Amino acid sequence: MQQIIDRRLAGKNKSIGNRERFLRRYKGQIKDAVRRAIDGRGIRDLERGEDVHIPKKDVSEPVFHHGSGGQREMVHPGNQEYIAGDKIARPKGGQGGGGSGSGQASDSGEGEDDFVFSLSKEEFMQVFFEDLALPHLIRTQLAETPEWKSHRAGFTNDGTPNNLHVVRSMRGALGRRIALGMDKRRALHALEEELEARQAEPAGTDRDAAIADLLSRIELLRGRISAIPFLDPIDLRFRSRVKVPVPTSKAVMFCVMDVSGSMDESRKELSKRFFILLYLFLTKHYEKIDIVFIRHHTQAQEVNEHDFFHATETGGTVVSSALVLMEEIIRARYPSDQWNIYGAQASDGDNWHHDSGRCRELLEQKILPLCRYFAYVQVAEPEQNLWEEYCRLAETAGPHFAMRKATAADQIYPIFRDLFKKEGAPA
Amino acid sequence: MTIKPLMKDLVDGPQPLPERPSEHLPGPSDWNFELVERYHTVIRDTATRFGLDTYPNQLEIITAEQMMDAYASVGMPVNYRHWSYGKEFISTEKNYKRGAMGLAYEIVINSNPCISYLMEENTMAMQALVIAHAAYGHNSFFKGNYLFRMWTDASSIIDYLVYAKDYVAKCEEKHGLETVELFLDSCHALMNQGVDRYRRPSKKTLAQELADQKERETYAQQQVNDLWRTLPRRAEKAEEQQEARRFPEEPQENLLYFVEKNAPLLEPWQREIVRIVRKIAQYFYPQRQSQVMNEGWATFWHHRILNTMYDDGYLTDGVMIEWLKSHTNVVYQPKVGDRGYSGLNPYALGFAMYSDIERICRRPTEEDRQWFPDLAGSPWLPALDHAMRNYKDESFIGQYLSPKLMRDLRLFAIVDDDKKSEIEVAAIHDESGYRRVREALSHQYDLGSREPNIQVWNVNLRGDRSLTLRHFQHNDRPLDDSAQQVLKHAARLWGFAVHLESANGKGDVTKRWTVPAPSH
Repeated sequence: MQQIIDRRLAGKNKSIGNRERFLRRYKGQIKDAVRRAIDGRGIRDLERGEDVHIPKKDVSEPVFHHGSGGQREMVHPGNQEYIAGDKIARPKGGQGGGGSGSGQASDSGEGEDDFVFSLSKEEFMQVFFEDLALPHLIRTQLAETPEWKSHRAGFTNDGTPNNLHVVRSMRGALGRRIALGMDKRRALHALEEELEARQAEPAGTDRDAAIADLLSRIELLRGRISAIPFLDPIDLRFRSRVKVPVPTSKAVMFCVMDVSGSMDESRKELSKRFFILLYLFLTKHYEKIDIVFIRHHTQAQEVNEHDFFHATETGGTVVSSALVLMEEIIRARYPSDQWNIYGAQASDGDNWHHDSGRCRELLEQKILPLCRYFAYVQVAEPEQNLWEEYCRLAETAGPHFAMRKATAADQIYPIFRDLFKKEGAPA
Repeated sequence: MTIKPLMKDLVDGPQPLPERPSEHLPGPSDWNFELVERYHTVIRDTATRFGLDTYPNQLEIITAEQMMDAYASVGMPVNYRHWSYGKEFISTEKNYKRGAMGLAYEIVINSNPCISYLMEENTMAMQALVIAHAAYGHNSFFKGNYLFRMWTDASSIIDYLVYAKDYVAKCEEKHGLETVELFLDSCHALMNQGVDRYRRPSKKTLAQELADQKERETYAQQQVNDLWRTLPRRAEKAEEQQEARRFPEEPQENLLYFVEKNAPLLEPWQREIVRIVRKIAQYFYPQRQSQVMNEGWATFWHHRILNTMYDDGYLTDGVMIEWLKSHTNVVYQPKVGDRGYSGLNPYALGFAMYSDIERICRRPTEEDRQWFPDLAGSPWLPALDHAMRNYKDESFIGQYLSPKLMRDLRLFAIVDDDKKSEIEVAAIHDESGYRRVREALSHQYDLGSREPNIQVWNVNLRGDRSLTLRHFQHNDRPLDDSAQQVLKHAARLWGFAVHLESANGKGDVTKRWTVPAPSH
């Protein structure tokens, strides 16, 4: 009997493997497309797919086929006007009415030069963060209050009842019982055989006495055998668990931004891009991430995300106020032995000139020792005294301090990649 | 149930309907399993009355996404992994999502049992059309046509593809994704030149295939080593003969087979992959040669079966109109010069030809009696059966294209010669042109003239081991410049330099391509 099979629930996406192979092959082009996409995109829709264009000649698979030329005879339907012997002007482009089998014509309307397809959101993000590593990924781990994780470590002879391993214990007990009872059972066996032999003999007092003796000895042995304990304390086995310290997986990210009058919307937008990139990046590496937003003009305050980006303030600029506040918050809430601390500062570089030196000192002595990484992005071109002081700092501070300049949206992503590139990977 | 009649024995036309149904089959637009089953039963019984002989049918309902998956892996339910299938999938998906193309209503696989995929989005009327078309039309063609009987083995193809998939996956694990991928690219480039046109492949089950594979690896490697033996056995005597010896002695048409057996540097696993690609190419070879016949046959039969069911009182008018609309679209043939004209529509041509054969048998004209003396007036079902079984597109058209059909389709032949400035109309649908048009159309479906004829010509055994291929030009038609790219792939397979000579009808080489040995 023929039957109908419902395949609809049986796996779709059979082509996923093939699709992955395709993406792997065209990684270079895809990376470029992602980079361009980041440049042109708003932050809110950063986590979205993207169309990728690949020149058609790059994805073609060559086979032998006829080129144009030579002599060809073709049959077409729908003759309206011709009779045998008519001459027709050759159509432009050399193709005499199609049908050559090598159709180059594009039916997509997207131009015949490109093979276009969409990356999904996940694929997009994967390409986006490829080759990026957290700088100095020695995760915080100190002896005093490390985080512990318990691991199995075989079996031990003592432990708490809840860790008792029954099968192991019973196996041990069985072995012990066999071992301890071995010679007794062998003796018992011999006695029983002797008893049987005696019982087969003709009756007599001699025999009865021997049987009685044998019986009592058998009785004694049986008693001994049954006295072997079924389970002895030495049989017990317990699962052993040991505690090993694990690196903490908590991170806090400080976003420090200048909101003085000189920071206009477009500069804030630039800063925001950088912060968002950093945030997305950290979410790839840490389970728990806190973000602290500190904005400042002449005074610093901790604010929520909305106020951070949208509230407008005016006034002068004292950058050090924000750094002082950052240090206070770290001391109060984010002990550096338990938290991985990342700092990102964005400013237009405009600072009260007596303050810049202080900023450098603060960073150098107080903040950098506590941080995994501190990045400074200047969203304006002029190099003022803050930039100069930070340059001095960069020379001495070592690899966990970095500074770059970004003046247009399309520079943010390259700078980000530059700062976080894996060692040895091209930016 | 009575014994199934064979079509060739039905000289008196189809068997009669045992009993008229008391009512129509319901014709809602939504299908359900019970209803599909009922339609299927009636379609099967009707097909049986016409003597259609098929493999057992396995109908499978799939979603549009699964249909796209099937598209991507050349219609097969399993296949090895390769980026090009991913590319295919991506472009299908894109076109479908943008509405630029509809998906086929069905895909049918030449296997035993014959698997037909029905899309869940089809309406009931469409499911009926698809079942008649695929499960009875195509299926009986697969079972009956000599090309398929000779070249493909329906019962083992799925097993073989499973084996191929696993083998390629294992190679990827062992030798790395990229290595295997590049190698497959090269095999695919020569795929069309990887078929035997005249030799019959052997039949093997999966178990045999697996057992043989190990043996083959060691044996093949030995053979190759023997050919490339660096120490001549009896050097002093053999020297002269060796100089004169050509290898291969005769030109060989199957490039992949030649590579598999003779390429000096291939690893055993690479030889096996060449073999897999070659086998799959061979499996698809008959389909490429019988498109008009196959689609025409399926279209003719869905048309005939559903019409008979209507006459018998099974189908409602609504169902009838719905499938007819779809049928009309399928057999639409735009005229040359129309927008959307892209050559002859194989469905239209094939459907018209089978219908025409029936007409010649049942209502022959004087002209038909002249042109087809054996066919005119003979029983139509045996005649159709014969036409389906024993031809491929080229010979089918050469044999059966009638003057009336040429007039109906208004066929005309043109000659495009690059030595002349204008295209000439060689013949049209008139008394003096019938034979020329028919011949031209027949040639048009000859794979030998559609695809370049490239053969293994010589191997430089004593020198740089380079391989020479030769292109035999057909009507002086040159090779496309993509040949250079393909040669690179050939060189990767061969391991040494590869030359390609293009020779015209007189045997003069008109163009050469050369690719140096790939760096090892």
